[in-house]
Amino acid sequence: MRSGVIAKKVGMTRLFMEDGRQIPVTVLQLDALQVVANRTSEKDGYTAVQLGAGTARVKRVSKAMRGHFAAASVEPKRKLVEFRVDAENLIEVGAEISAEHFLEGQKVDVSGTSIGKGFQGAMKRWNFGGLRASHGVSISHRSHGSTGQCQDPGKVFKGKKMAGHMGAARVTTQNLEVVRTDADRGLIMIKGAVPGSKGGWVTIKDAMKKKLPEGVPFPAALKSAASEAAPVEAPAEGAEE
Amino acid sequence: MDLIAQIEAEQVAALGKDIPDFKAGDTIRVGYKVTEGTRSRVQNYEGVCIARKNGSGIAGSFTVRKISFGEGVERVFPLHSTNIDSIEVVRRGRVRRAKLYYLRSRRGKSARIAEVTNYKPKSGAEA
Repeated sequence: MRSGVIAKKVGMTRLFMEDGRQIPVTVLQLDALQVVANRTSEKDGYTAVQLGAGTARVKRVSKAMRGHFAAASVEPKRKLVEFRVDAENLIEVGAEISAEHFLEGQKVDVSGTSIGKGFQGAMKRWNFGGLRASHGVSISHRSHGSTGQCQDPGKVFKGKKMAGHMGAARVTTQNLEVVRTDADRGLIMIKGAVPGSKGGWVTIKDAMKKKLPEGVPFPAALKSAASEAAPVEAPAEGAEE
Repeated sequence: MDLIAQIEAEQVAALGKDIPDFKAGDTIRVGYKVTEGTRSRVQNYEGVCIARKNGSGIAGSFTVRKISFGEGVERVFPLHSTNIDSIEVVRRGRVRRAKLYYLRSRRGKSARIAEVTNYKPKSGAEA
């Protein structure tokens, strides 16, 4: 298992393909995505990489977090997420991940916080049918109707689908296709919609229910790989395989 | 310019479509690529443009209406579709609406559109 990435949702657009198809895509941007810490089984009991994205004003960051970022010698980040990885896929602290982490055509799972809908009735929240428009129904056309049985059991079962707060919850959409990546600007274009509003943070991981395609970079596609870390990175990669 | 607008502008430039200046009321001929089995050919579709939607950006589209064998037919084309081979303006019409949906309920003489006699191409913006 390799690390995912944190991305910012920029918005949606469409791409025209050579064969005349047009594909709706969501544009996600990697914004100063760096490894902030590693979790190891010796120290923490599990292995994971902690990634940070975005830039936070130093003044706005708590002293404790400033110390955490200073230990990694990275700029303060807006968003921190841990990704569970195998021990051999740990990434060096401070390394910057590029958009080429995912291959075009690869399937990914995208998680984000869905747009809040507020307090919603059972029809919108659970796709209930509501009551009839006529035949004696008054006032309660959009109500949920009965919520249970009779004196036995004499209660409403827990988990009964009723009106309530909707949205603003963590949602994962599985098996979305990566249509295009742009390493220069850190863009990942994904077919279809992803959870959350524009400007929101999402995490992208390799699809859990699909086989990983060949040629994905291990442990991650690093930005510095092109310039100075290339000689350092290459033997490390070879050693794992 | 925000990132999405930038991406869309780049794509419009990359597709490099030569889109003439036309609007609702104009009679246009669209060369549309049709794939039959393995070979593809260009099929012409000529009719009155009754609507332009979503501007001239990547999301833009237009509707062309024609009377085919006594039956009204409407097709919506994405402006920048790679399947569009050519767009040709046959006749420029004078209309006072942006959307000519009223033509759907008209037939024959009342569905005619007067021709513009003094058409001047817009300078600059519309390429």
